[in-house]
Amino acid sequence: MIEFERVYKRYPNGREALIDVNLRIAPGEMVFLTGRSGAGKSSVLKLIALLERPTRGNVTVVGMQTRNLPARKIPAFRQKVGMVFQDHKLLTDRPVFDNVALPLIVTDTPLREIDKRVRAALDQVGLLGKEKLSPLELSVGEQQRVGIARAFVAKPPIVIADEPTGNLDPELAREIMRLFKRFQDVGVTLVIATHDHDLVREFGTRQLVLDNGKLHDAGAPPPPASAAAAVAGAA
Amino acid sequence: MRAVMTWFLRHVQALLGALGRLARNPLASVMTVFAIALALSMPLALKLVVDNLRLATGNFADAVDLTVYLKADVKLEKAQQLTRNARQKREVAEVTLVPADAGLDEFRKHSGFGEALQALEGNPLPHVINVRPTAPASTPAQMEMLKRYFAAWPEVEAVQVDNEWVQRFSNILVLFSRLLALGTVLLALGVVAIIGNTIRLEIQNRRAEIEVTKLVGGSNAFVRRPFLYTGALYGALGACFALGFVSLGVALIAGPANRLALLYGSSFQLRGPSPIDMGILALGALGLGLVGAWLSAGRQLSAIEPRA
Repeated sequence: MIEFERVYKRYPNGREALIDVNLRIAPGEMVFLTGRSGAGKSSVLKLIALLERPTRGNVTVVGMQTRNLPARKIPAFRQKVGMVFQDHKLLTDRPVFDNVALPLIVTDTPLREIDKRVRAALDQVGLLGKEKLSPLELSVGEQQRVGIARAFVAKPPIVIADEPTGNLDPELAREIMRLFKRFQDVGVTLVIATHDHDLVREFGTRQLVLDNGKLHDAGAPPPPASAAAAVAGAA
Repeated sequence: MRAVMTWFLRHVQALLGALGRLARNPLASVMTVFAIALALSMPLALKLVVDNLRLATGNFADAVDLTVYLKADVKLEKAQQLTRNARQKREVAEVTLVPADAGLDEFRKHSGFGEALQALEGNPLPHVINVRPTAPASTPAQMEMLKRYFAAWPEVEAVQVDNEWVQRFSNILVLFSRLLALGTVLLALGVVAIIGNTIRLEIQNRRAEIEVTKLVGGSNAFVRRPFLYTGALYGALGACFALGFVSLGVALIAGPANRLALLYGSSFQLRGPSPIDMGILALGALGLGLVGAWLSAGRQLSAIEPRA
């Protein structure tokens, strides 16, 4: 689903953000991306979402190589990758409903369909009934859940999240992770950057550790019993 | 069918959204629209001036004659023969001979030099032929041709075209038309600049929205759409205000202008902008708004593309 082959990323200021990164993420996998600040976590996510292109090497996402993808095909590409941000990037000048509806609006989804799917997404994150509120009227945890609903509402095959629990207390963070897990259970491929090691250990899925632009420990730890059971159940 | 409905609805929404944003900031919007309207009303006003002057002088030119002065020694019989010859010419509508005696009589009556003229021995005036060209032959070029034709007759002393000022005027009008074209181009660029700058500010204010829209897979066309509507709306509103300004100006000037024309014995009536003028202005302004918005949005959009 996501594949990096000998990927280098150098920014215009000369910083080598990624050095010879190779990785492979299977469909339906949930992967944690860890490492210190500046280790290259954000660069990996940006390359997946085609916010950046690799300086060298190939990034393949949902069967598309991002290196030569023409600019006019980028929108369709991004519709396949849902994004969750630490600062959630909600638009505060419009209600929750419109925020969540945005990915559907840009694809010219019929109105009735939008209404149905936005409600379903909000229901999944436990915010049904708050669609008319402004994001500013919500708590931090609720705001992040709106961001998650927006990332999933268009049913993208991949969702990436950059420090989605960075601003949350441990209990809220765990709640958010459980949400992600639920989406994994319905087949979404998830890549979550975080430095919350407790959470990573608790959820026990594969971990990719970045250190100064190099990827260590890309091996898959054995899936914990609960996840294995879920996969078996889905099969 | 459903896709078309959705598409149509999106455009209606974009239009309403653009209207809403203008209404949310009424003072700034009105100032922008006024600036655009002023820039648009100048070429429109100049065009009306040129059109009306052309119309007015067109009436006068119809009434203008050639005066053919014969040499002093030309006899009356010869003058009558020349008059008949002049009548043969196709471009000539009417020819009247004013014999020297009749000319002197008239001069005595109207000039106020009656007493002094009594002292003259004989008549110093020549026979004169008044030639009125046909309407199609009243253009400056045709008049010039007729003038040269009569001046070439051996019996003719001089030919005077009473419309020489009309010719000059007609050249002034040509100059005005050039200025109009030049001014229109400059002011059109001005309108593009005003709208482009306004859109640029709006894009800056909505940067977060644009960024998020692009992150969730909105195409450039989708992001650009509301700004194009805003630009077109500015242009269209500017055109409406410009028409208002100019129509008001025409209404204020019409009374005196028509009275003046009456004093000159002309049936001239001051004309306001024609429906065609209005259509061109409205469509042109709308187009300029689109161009301004497109240029401005294009620049801002390319700033959010991925780098290698």
